[in-house]
Amino acid sequence: MSAATPDAPDLAIIGSGPAGLAAAIAARALGLSVLVIEREAEPGGIPRHCAHSPYGWREYRRLMTGPAFARRLADDAARAGAVIACGTTVMALNPGPALTLASDRGIETITPARVLLAMGARETPRSTRLIGGTKPGGVLNTGALQGLVHLNGMLPFRRPVVLGTELVAFSALLTLRLAGANAAAMVEPADAPTARWPAALLPRLLRVPLHLGTRIDAIEGTSRVEGVRVTGPRGTRRIAADGVVVTGGFRPEAALLRGTTIALDPATGGPVVDQFGRTSDPAVFAAGNLLRPVETAGWCHREGRAAAATIAASLAGELPPHGPALSITLGDGVAYVVPQRIALGTGPHHARGPGAGSAPDAAQVRLQLRLTAPVRGEVRVEVDGRRIASLPVDSRPERRLVLTLPPDVPPGSATVRVEAEA
Amino acid sequence: MTPAVPHATPSSAAAAATDTAPYDVAVVGAGVVGCAIARRLALEGARVVVLEKAADVLAGASKANSAILHTGFDAPPGTLEAACIAAGHAEYRAIHDRLGLPLIETGALVIAWNETEAARLPALMADAERNDVPVHPLTAAEIRRMEPNLGAGVAGGFRVAGEAIIDPWSTPHAYLAQALANGAALMTGAEVTGGTFDGAAWTLAVAHRDAVRARVVVNAAGLFGDRVEAALLGASSFQIRPRKGQFIVYDKPAAALAGHILLPVPTEITKGVVVCRTAFGNLLVGPTAEEQEDRTTAALDAALLERLKKRAEAIVPALEGETVTALYAGLRPASEAKEYRVAAHPDRRYVAVGGIRSTGLSAALGLAVHIHGLVAGMATGVMGGAAPADPVWPRVPNIAEGAPRDWERPGNGGIVCHCESVTRREIEAALAGPLGARTVAGLKRRTRVTMGRCQGFYCSAALAALTDGRLAEPFVPAHPTPLGAGADHPAASVHVAAGRALPAMPADALPSDAAPTGSARAEAPPAETACAGAARADGQPAETARRDAGPADATRAAVSDTAPSPATVRATREAGR
Ligand SMILES: Cc1cc2nc3c(=O)[nH]c(=O)nc-3n(C[C@H](O)[C@H](O)[C@H](O)COP(=O)(O)OP(=O)(O)OC[C@H]3O[C@@H](n4cnc5c(N)ncnc54)[C@H](O)[C@@H]3O)c2cc1C
Ligand SMILES: Cc1cc2nc3c(=O)[nH]c(=O)nc-3n(C[C@H](O)[C@H](O)[C@H](O)COP(=O)(O)OP(=O)(O)OC[C@H]3O[C@@H](n4cnc5c(N)ncnc54)[C@H](O)[C@@H]3O)c2cc1C
Repeated sequence: MSAATPDAPDLAIIGSGPAGLAAAIAARALGLSVLVIEREAEPGGIPRHCAHSPYGWREYRRLMTGPAFARRLADDAARAGAVIACGTTVMALNPGPALTLASDRGIETITPARVLLAMGARETPRSTRLIGGTKPGGVLNTGALQGLVHLNGMLPFRRPVVLGTELVAFSALLTLRLAGANAAAMVEPADAPTARWPAALLPRLLRVPLHLGTRIDAIEGTSRVEGVRVTGPRGTRRIAADGVVVTGGFRPEAALLRGTTIALDPATGGPVVDQFGRTSDPAVFAAGNLLRPVETAGWCHREGRAAAATIAASLAGELPPHGPALSITLGDGVAYVVPQRIALGTGPHHARGPGAGSAPDAAQVRLQLRLTAPVRGEVRVEVDGRRIASLPVDSRPERRLVLTLPPDVPPGSATVRVEAEA
Repeated sequence: MTPAVPHATPSSAAAAATDTAPYDVAVVGAGVVGCAIARRLALEGARVVVLEKAADVLAGASKANSAILHTGFDAPPGTLEAACIAAGHAEYRAIHDRLGLPLIETGALVIAWNETEAARLPALMADAERNDVPVHPLTAAEIRRMEPNLGAGVAGGFRVAGEAIIDPWSTPHAYLAQALANGAALMTGAEVTGGTFDGAAWTLAVAHRDAVRARVVVNAAGLFGDRVEAALLGASSFQIRPRKGQFIVYDKPAAALAGHILLPVPTEITKGVVVCRTAFGNLLVGPTAEEQEDRTTAALDAALLERLKKRAEAIVPALEGETVTALYAGLRPASEAKEYRVAAHPDRRYVAVGGIRSTGLSAALGLAVHIHGLVAGMATGVMGGAAPADPVWPRVPNIAEGAPRDWERPGNGGIVCHCESVTRREIEAALAGPLGARTVAGLKRRTRVTMGRCQGFYCSAALAALTDGRLAEPFVPAHPTPLGAGADHPAASVHVAAGRALPAMPADALPSDAAPTGSARAEAPPAETACAGAARADGQPAETARRDAGPADATRAAVSDTAPSPATVRATREAGR
């Protein structure tokens, strides 16, 4: 490849969101040469256009907006000596590992010693949700709305309907408010908002009617959205609106991995990893929202930092090899578990799992998981019907749960399931 | 409607002549049929003008179809439709390379899913034989071997090797581009509202424009063909009965699930639900067949789409695990009769090309030759001058899979639409020239921007900026907002400093196109940026912890980082309980 980017760094990081940049900073501190590859013109990932607080509290001990946080991370990474190649897209990941890059320079290939996948997650569009009606302009995800508002200073509509009540939907309300607009209504198919207090107070503060148990039947309008037909507890009606913000329903941005040797987990939509964040290719690691939908910037940042430590250990030959493992299968009531496999080898190095963010030689492995439905009871990890760990829960699907496994788990297969209280 | 940026008449010779001499032929409608006719007539030497009422071409039936280049195996033998499909298919095969158009040779399997359908296979194969289309009967086991992902219930079928997949939009664009390159003129935003024939030429009334004079009128107005005929002749000999077809598009990995075009046994009214790949590497399922009155709006019906999805999952069960990336619907310009409504009126120098309902993409080139024959036969000299001896063959940019794409070549400006790998240079090219995009939909048809799995999540902002002020209908309408561009975003102040060089990566070995900025902040070493567009010397502090206009502290906490403390092993309970 050209002189523009080093073609054999110790570590190539795909994606410059909080996870990728945190990993870059930490990997430089550990002495690795680092190339961060970012397809957008600017580094920073989603926070680039998430122009509200709070970001950065955990990392920088101050309340920052998303753009300020993105900027600070990018500055720190660059100052630490990481090369950030923007406007460069990873088109293919091949064994080796070898990465095919596309940019204004055309095609290039690099062969880093290790790869960190940090491509993040995105919201699902209208089409995937099979929403009917016409296809006028003005139907957008929150990410697109925030890009238009905060990168371009463009406001695509003045009174949209906001679909969904995950946290990101409230982020959409804040964005609209900052841009001098407000939502005509917030619509949620479930009977309760996904994100609870205090986010759920926001619609009332902004005088946005919140319609629960309500779905969008059809979007109306020819060139721009003119209204939305909804059906809810009070029957079918039309809400006049000039846009629709389709929020949440996050999916890892994992298309690059389809058709490669990297194993994917249908439950998360991301790669299968072990407690070191290592994928089925031992030279390829993953961190951040690519692992699963969806966590905060701060959590992704910690995962990135932890991944840098395990990658350094991997380069030093200190990780247990891909060998005997305890693989996790999903039982009743569990939507996903990360990591999906626990490497058991007795390498000198142990880690606690992606996001542990602590000394990498701690012996305990932590599972992060989500429920499929609200439950009061217990989450159990069972091997051959024998309980090896458990966690009392009184929780909802949108909450992340973290469960610590005991040291020295056996090889084989473990089921993680929910036992509801009678 | 008058578009802000109307397509100009490209050929100056033709433009100069407009005031004085009439055109030889006016083609009303720039769907695939009108585009192919304009091409044929221009190649035969006629001075052609194409009048399209929409702001951009392909705004009618031709904007949404299955993109199959049919052989016509199941066309009613002996009809004009059968002949035009055969001729159109043959000509497409002959010219696609020269125009830069793809041809994906999948072949089709006609599959019977029960014994009743299986009983109809022999008759279908007999029709194919009468249409001169080779087909090969297959047992259920043979079909299964060819398509291992098929669901249960296959009862038998046959293979049609000649059926293929093409690019539904580049194809008519290429036809029209060749017409324009060989002297034809295009007017968009030009609705024909009526006309008078004085025995030698038509004077066509065009909404919001000067009248256009032409010696012959070809009505290729698709879904409005009957209306245009009534406006010109006083009454229409046919009635358009729009028939909607809805589709589901799956993400690219699903394309591996079907090698062939999977066709059902067709019924009297429809070819039925098809599963096939697209030229862009996706998998398509559809269309439905629904009669409706509305000629312009093809609304999506969620309940029907659910049923379509279930049907698709019965045909290919593995689709259950695949992601839907797009939905669309098109309107077939069907009429009250099954056959094409093609009729010439030599006394009025008028030709109707109506009711080209569900095979127009395949038949267009064949229809064009047929229409040329009808026009030339009307009167001597009606076709104007001599055919160009050495016609121009412009190539359209390739946006299909399987052939090199622009992102592979240097100088592409970088990828803007990540899901479909569309470069900045491709977008710029699609906005330029006599056939430049004038609407967002037109830009999508030329480049596929925002048509991939994220549907604009990532690239909307970049596209809006790139197309600002350049489309008749803007990507984003101009609503006032108190926020200026880049009010608080990295482009305003980010400095990516490659301060400390790594052994393998000297700081001066950065992309050659990254302008040295000289904009380092005081505490940073001389900074260079590897990021296009990041070079701003505004010296804004790196982190402005802006206490923004959030309405309450509670709402800030709403999006807080709730990572659990590392020591505790317990559920993160709901706040507020
Ligand atoms: C609209 C929206 C609002 C949000 N608001 C908040 C909030 O207020 N607070 C919060 O904590 N979290 C929020 N989130 C969650 C957010 O996703 C995380 O905060 C965080 O950005 C995830 O970090 P990441 O590094 O995993 O991925 P991302 O930030 O998504 O970064 C991934 C990067 O990878 C790049 N990339 C992907 N594929 C390739 C490739 N093939 N080649 C090169 N580059 C590639 C992308 O361009 C992107 O820059 C929000 C998310 C969205 C979508
Ligand atoms: C669901 C579906 C699936 C299909 N699948 C296939 C397939 O796989 N293979 C195949 O070969 N065919 C297929 N077809 C058929 C094919 O798409 C049509 O036959 C073809 O698009 C018809 O083109 P047209 O040019 O006749 O009409 P149109 O595309 O409607 O063009 C007519 C044009 O005239 C313009 N116009 C109308 N009134 C006026 C006026 N007064 N003045 C000026 N301009 C005017 C309109 O704006 C329009 O652009 C399919 C069709 C549908 C709907």
